[in-house]
Amino acid sequence: MKPPRFTYHDPVARNETLALLDTYGDDAKVLAGGQSLMPLLNMRLAQPAHLVDINHLSDLAYIREQDGGLTIGALTRQRDVERSPLIRQRCPLLAEAIRLVGHPPIRSRGTVCGSLAHADPAAELPAVLLALGGYVRAESCAGVRTIPAAAFFLDQLLTALTPKELLTEAWFPTAPPRSGAAFIEISRRHGDYALAGVAAQITLSADGSVVAANLALIGVGVTPVRASAAETLLIGERPGEAIFTAAGRQASANLDPFTDIHASAAYRRYVAGVLVSRALTIAAERAAGPLTAEATH
Amino acid sequence: MQQEKRLVCVRVNGVVCKAQVETRRLLSDLLRHDLQLTGTHVGCEHGVCGACTVIFNGAPVRSCLMLAVQAHGGELLTVEGLASPDGTLHPLQQAFHDYHGLQCGFCTPGFLMAIYAFLQDNPQPDVSDEAIRVAIAGNLCRCTGYQGIVEAVRHVITQGVAR
Repeated sequence: MKPPRFTYHDPVARNETLALLDTYGDDAKVLAGGQSLMPLLNMRLAQPAHLVDINHLSDLAYIREQDGGLTIGALTRQRDVERSPLIRQRCPLLAEAIRLVGHPPIRSRGTVCGSLAHADPAAELPAVLLALGGYVRAESCAGVRTIPAAAFFLDQLLTALTPKELLTEAWFPTAPPRSGAAFIEISRRHGDYALAGVAAQITLSADGSVVAANLALIGVGVTPVRASAAETLLIGERPGEAIFTAAGRQASANLDPFTDIHASAAYRRYVAGVLVSRALTIAAERAAGPLTAEATH
Repeated sequence: MQQEKRLVCVRVNGVVCKAQVETRRLLSDLLRHDLQLTGTHVGCEHGVCGACTVIFNGAPVRSCLMLAVQAHGGELLTVEGLASPDGTLHPLQQAFHDYHGLQCGFCTPGFLMAIYAFLQDNPQPDVSDEAIRVAIAGNLCRCTGYQGIVEAVRHVITQGVAR
């Protein structure tokens, strides 16, 4: 199980990279962290004629405050996001999700943008981008465009990126004051692909009622799923078991999950509803109390 | 089509090593075949089992998921670099021995490097069963059932000797 032959490119500048993608785009794959692409190469499930290794583009490794949120550059490692006080303070949902991505050795090399571009239906980070309404920036020789999360994840392992485009950064909005976040998932072992998972953020008004709710589910479809109907149910309500259970049921009702060797559709649908209720409970507790990134469960 | 070859220069366990390899050569194969450091093992070759875990520029990585050329100019610590030059076992290795943390030993180098990195990154970790099992969740063992491994890790944490 060794990679097939390919022509290896390791550009040192962004314009060089875009030129390579412009020339070879349809026959090329971008290599950043490699934690998803290398397994595919090693098993020869992917056999690109050209590999464009972007690991020399160190100017793409950054976490910056911008436009009421944080932009994360293409080469920012998941490990650095995990350790970032800025992320913990401004984007607690991302901080919650990142510690569930694979295992520490995966996070040492894996990148946030790579996870978004790969678009595995069980991946945590796409759900965070979708739940919060973030966007990505795609660059090519033809120019730059921003793609909102809702338009980015098209199908299993398929995004709106064209073969000539490089995903250069992702933007996540800052959590408003009085927000709390939680990411919980079911997997057979810690770090395994989630059978079902929920990204949840609750924002409370001064009087303690829900003024904003962000909910996305993983493992229940070919892309992450925004639970908009469940979110709507929560607005104006006071946090409580009954309303969170109702939100869980609403989220479940709109799902059309798949059956595979790991779990049945019925199981995924049921578990998703339970996880929604639990995640909302934890998120609301955190919104009401002091913000902390440490898991209490 | 001939795969391009490049010179890869890395410092492994403090020693500068060079090899001319195909650009598709995996880091795990550079270590094992080009540098004859066969302590790093290859189990699944797709990032799931953890047997190939090494420390690259201070952080744990799956060496089967890196190309050798990506390590050029970097610093590696492998299992061969844990014991002292005089052969004294690293406290982690001694604990695995004392607490039966291995049987066939195939997964052991990966566990040692992953735990080494975990202790570097978490100087005062929780010693509960659950916390330790989360810490080792990225490594698979077919022989031991993990209990001896958990005991070995707990011993090293509570003795504070793994630095």
